[in-house]
Amino acid sequence: MSATTSPAGTAPAHPTRPHPIIRCDRLSKSYGTVRVMENLSLDIAPGEFISLLGPSGSGKTTLLMMIAGFEEPTEGAIWLDGRRIDAVAPFRRNMGMVFQNYALFPHMTVAQNIGFPLKMRGTPRREIAGRVARALEMIELGALADRYPPQLSGGQQQRVALARALVFEPRVVLMDEPLGALDKRLREQMQLDIRDLHRRLGLTVIFVTHDQSEALTMSDRIAVFNKGRIEQIGTPDDIYDRPRTRFVAEFIGETNLLTGRISGGQLRLPDETRLALADGNGAGEGDEVVVSVRPERMRVIAPGTMPEPGANRLEGALRDVVYLGDHLRLQIDAAGQALVVKQPRAGLAPQPGARVALTFDAADTRVITS
Amino acid sequence: MLRLWKLAFGLLAVLFLLVPMFAILPLAFNDSSILTYPMTGVSMRWFSELVEENIWRRAILNSLIIGLSTAVFASVLGTLAALGLRGSTGRLARFGNLIFLMPMVAPIVVLGVGMQLMFTRLGLNNTYLGVIIAHTVISVPFVVISVSAALAGIDPALERASANLGASPRATFVHVTLPLARPGILAGAIFALATSLDEVVLTLFLGGAGQRTLAREMFAQLRENLTPVIAAVSFVFIVGTVCLGAVNVFLRNSRRFRAEGPAE
Repeated sequence: MSATTSPAGTAPAHPTRPHPIIRCDRLSKSYGTVRVMENLSLDIAPGEFISLLGPSGSGKTTLLMMIAGFEEPTEGAIWLDGRRIDAVAPFRRNMGMVFQNYALFPHMTVAQNIGFPLKMRGTPRREIAGRVARALEMIELGALADRYPPQLSGGQQQRVALARALVFEPRVVLMDEPLGALDKRLREQMQLDIRDLHRRLGLTVIFVTHDQSEALTMSDRIAVFNKGRIEQIGTPDDIYDRPRTRFVAEFIGETNLLTGRISGGQLRLPDETRLALADGNGAGEGDEVVVSVRPERMRVIAPGTMPEPGANRLEGALRDVVYLGDHLRLQIDAAGQALVVKQPRAGLAPQPGARVALTFDAADTRVITS
Repeated sequence: MLRLWKLAFGLLAVLFLLVPMFAILPLAFNDSSILTYPMTGVSMRWFSELVEENIWRRAILNSLIIGLSTAVFASVLGTLAALGLRGSTGRLARFGNLIFLMPMVAPIVVLGVGMQLMFTRLGLNNTYLGVIIAHTVISVPFVVISVSAALAGIDPALERASANLGASPRATFVHVTLPLARPGILAGAIFALATSLDEVVLTLFLGGAGQRTLAREMFAQLRENLTPVIAAVSFVFIVGTVCLGAVNVFLRNSRRFRAEGPAE
């Protein structure tokens, strides 16, 4: 495999790039009377690493299968590089795919598995040998070329599946929860390896996962799926810091949700506590809203101390402290709500049951209107 | 204590099943010309008679011709049937499945009578083809069952992966589906061969003097003269069956059967 580095591989992807490599246009999918996807549109830029993130049954895998050609949309169109492909047979789409359980052919050696897509394209034998050898070198499994997949470890199988999906230099690579079966350490290593390959080869990657931290680590953009729709699409920090819906706020990372009404540009909690907000995010006076504050943005302070000027302050009782090595996770009942605070171990060591105060900046609040 | 009883009972049951089969085997090596115990001496004369005497040689040859042809026909037809039935769940498919498995439960005698009537009209009575067709009919269900099981065991993701990697449906069938179903097909062929080898009833109905198989010849000889060659034949049969079974187990356990030459 030649390391063709396209500038798109390193450039930050942008949704309004003029020529998307993949365009999904108002896709819907029904099974009988069950609607599993509703009017979904998505443009993917060349060289972009996009994650489709959501709980199971949210439609992310359905979309991937539609792009690969294993599911047909009930309505809508899919375009690959300006060519409509939603009625094209899967084997003519020229996209690499890494399957959830790798789907390596058990009756073929590692080398035969990797050479398979080349053989199907009528590549001359000698060229196949050379490209398979280079692919094996890339995944550092040259010594195992003549083994059969069942003789390999999960991580090795994963790398063979990756090499097989890349060896024919497809423009788009689809990955269906490819790391789900690996243990944590291997998974983290593979995340970095895949990310590195993506940059080096200038690949366009569509990556399906239900693991939000994986999506945050790897993606240029994340599309958060819920109930057959895209709830929000954006860069990882966009999604994490500015969730648009309650679903996104809760699905991506952990968060505290404070429910109250907008009153004089502030949030009025049911117990009349008033909290300063970054901005109303379009919510009008008197609207009932939910405000999201990330646990790591909150700090516990000694009950008597005043917060920095402009910061919000809540008083409450410490319910539990969980020790997590590098930080503490504190559960606090405050203002009638169960809140979670994550903070470094340094400083105070409060005991459960103690009265505590917690503080957070107005800038770290995010009003969610829907 | 209970475990001991269980073990003893199990052993008894196994003995009950196997003793009749093995009881006759030592007589194959007996030098007396009467097929009975006690043994008087050890000799291989019945084996040499088996391979030298025309009537037995002919029977062995017939068994091989008919058995191997049956294995080929049954595995081709059974595999096609299993492929056709694969993945279809409708009422028609279930009905089709039932039809394919019918010969397994149909009374062989009835089948024999029916075939005899039909084959007489078709001019197939007392021909190799007639016997082979009859044996194929009762062997196909074994192939359908074992190939269906093999196909059901193929991860659908493998065929998707093949398509995704650029293989046309035909290429996917040749390079992925068929090689993965191969152990099932071979097991079916072995069952078909074994079924044909010990089939007597249909051979009696449909075969003439020219198509006497080993099993059929044994049956005839048993009534005419109780020669110890029968014990020798039994020995060959049992050794052969054990070998076929061993091949089958070996195929099932070896996951690394090669589909094609290495990708040089």
